[in-house]
Amino acid sequence: MSNSAIAARGLRKTYKDKTVLDGVDLDVGTGTIFSLLGPNGAGKTTTVNVLTTLIKADGGTARVAGHDVATETKAVRAAIGVTGQFAAVDELLTGQENLQLMADLNRLGSGDARRVVTDLLARFDLTESAQKLASTYSGGMRRKLDLAMTLVGSPEIIFLDEPTTGLDPRSRRTMWDIIRQLVADGVTIFLTTQYLEEADRLADRIAVLDQGHLVAQGTPAELKRQIPGSHVRLQFASDLQVDAALRLLPGSTRDDEDDLILRVPSDGGAKSVRALLNELDAQSIEVEEFSVHTPDLDDVFLALTGHASTEAATAGPATAKENAR
Amino acid sequence: MSTDSVIMLRRNFKHTLRNPVAVFNAVLLPIVIMLMFVGEIGGAFNVGVKYVDYATPGMIVLTICYGLSATALAVNSDMAKGIINRFKVMDISRSAVLSAQVVATMARTLIAVAAIIGVAFALGFRPHASFPEWLGAIGLILLISFATSWFTIALGLAAKTPESAGMTVVPLILLPFLSSAIVPADKMGPGIRQFAEYQPFTPIIETLRGLLTGHPSGSNAITAIAWCAGIALAGYLWSLSSFNKRA
Repeated sequence: MSNSAIAARGLRKTYKDKTVLDGVDLDVGTGTIFSLLGPNGAGKTTTVNVLTTLIKADGGTARVAGHDVATETKAVRAAIGVTGQFAAVDELLTGQENLQLMADLNRLGSGDARRVVTDLLARFDLTESAQKLASTYSGGMRRKLDLAMTLVGSPEIIFLDEPTTGLDPRSRRTMWDIIRQLVADGVTIFLTTQYLEEADRLADRIAVLDQGHLVAQGTPAELKRQIPGSHVRLQFASDLQVDAALRLLPGSTRDDEDDLILRVPSDGGAKSVRALLNELDAQSIEVEEFSVHTPDLDDVFLALTGHASTEAATAGPATAKENAR
Repeated sequence: MSTDSVIMLRRNFKHTLRNPVAVFNAVLLPIVIMLMFVGEIGGAFNVGVKYVDYATPGMIVLTICYGLSATALAVNSDMAKGIINRFKVMDISRSAVLSAQVVATMARTLIAVAAIIGVAFALGFRPHASFPEWLGAIGLILLISFATSWFTIALGLAAKTPESAGMTVVPLILLPFLSSAIVPADKMGPGIRQFAEYQPFTPIIETLRGLLTGHPSGSNAITAIAWCAGIALAGYLWSLSSFNKRA
C-alpha cells in the first residue's frame, strides 16, 4: 500500500437501479502507467470520477496520493491532474490565456507562470497558435492544450480519461509520446482506454473492466497470454492448395466461414510472416491474399468474459479486425 | 471576494468582451420594447400619470430579466464542455466559479439598465426621486439583479442542454409582462389580476416606481426585499447543490 499512488478497495457505485461499479479493487504503483481497459459503459469514467473526487462512491474506499478521496478531497485535488474525455478548454480564451488561467488558479507567481506557460506551449507545439482562440483549434490541438492545462499545477498523479478517443492516428501517436515523457519525469498515470493497442503500448499494468467488474488484471504480456493470439489469414485459389498448406503448417486451421482461408498462428511480425511465405513458396503453394489479425478489445472480452463487449468500441487503431500488412 | 473569484471574474469579463453580441442583445431588445410600449402603445393606456414615468420602472426590471438568458447559456456550456469539472477537481473555491458569473451578469445588466434609463430620459421620463431615493432605487436594482442571477445560474446548471438552458429563463423574462410593469394590476381582467398582484415582480416594480416617483412605499419595499432575498437564497442553494452533484 505504502508504495501505491492509487489504491482502491471494493468501490461500488449505483445510479438509480443500475450498478455501474460493482466492487472494484485497484493498485497503481507510483511512477507507473496503469490502464483501465473496457468498452463504452463499462464504468471507466465513473471510476475516474470517484478517484478524482468528482463523485462519491456508494461503497468501498480509495486513497489517492495517500489521501482518502471521500474525506480528504482537498489534499487529493492538490495532488492530481485530470484530463477528461472531452477537452475541457475555455473556447473563448486563447491557448495562452487558458494556461495563464490555470497558472493563476495554481497561484504561480508571475515569473513562474510566464516560464511554465511558455515551456508548455513549446513542449506541446502550440507556440504558434498561442494567441488564437481555443475555439479555432483542431481536435488534436485541443487535447494537447487540455493536457497542458492539467500539467500547469505539476500534479504527481494524472488521470487521463480516453485521451485519444476521436483523434487521428498522428495526433494519437503524439499523445502517446507525451504520456511516455510524463512517466519518465516521475508522474503516475491512470489511463482509461477502449483500445487494446493503446493499453499494450503504454501501460505497465492493465485492468480490464466489464460492466463494473474487473475481469482481469496484469501486465500486458500476462493479459495477452490469456487471449487468443494473433494469427495470419491466408487465402488460396483452390482446395488442393489449402490441403497442401494444411499439411505443411502445423497448428493451422480452416476458417469457419470460408474454407479457402487458413488461419495460421503467428506473432504477426515481419520476420515470421516472411518465413511463412517463403515456406509456402518453396512448396509452390500460391497464396492469393494474406492478412494479419491482431487481437482487439472484442477478442479480449470474448476470452475473458465469454461474451462480446456490450457496446462495440468505435473505430480505433486496434478495432479494425484485419490489419492488412 | 476570494482570489479564486477574482481570477474567475477576469475570465468572465474576457468572455463578455469577446461576445459583444450578447451585450448588444441585452441592451437593444429592451430598448425596442420600451420604444414600442412608450412611443406606440402607451398613449392608449390611462394610468393616471405620464406613461413614460409609469412604464420606466417596469422596463428597468424587464431589462434585468432579459439579460439572463446569456448567463444560463454560459453556465450550461461551461458544464457541458467539462470546464466546470476541470475547476471542480482543482483545489479551488467551489463557489468562485458561480459567484464570478453572478458579478459578470450584474455588470452586464447594469450597462443595459443605464442604457434603458438613458432612453427613458430621452422619451421624457422625469423622475422625482431625491438622492437617498435614487440610492434606494440603485440598491434595489442591484438586489433584483443579484437574486435573478443566482436563480438563473441554478436553472442553467439544472438544464440538460444549452438549448434548454436558454429556454428555462423564459418564464423569468415573461413574468414582468404579467405584473404591473405595463399597466396597473387593478386594470387587468380577473385571474391575471390576482396573479399579477401576488407574483414577486409586482411589489418589486411598485417599490422601484415608488422610489423613482418620490413616493416610496414601505410595505411594498418589505415584500420586494423579502422576495429578492428568497429568490437569491433558493437560487444559491439550488446552484451549489447542482454544482456539487453534476459530474
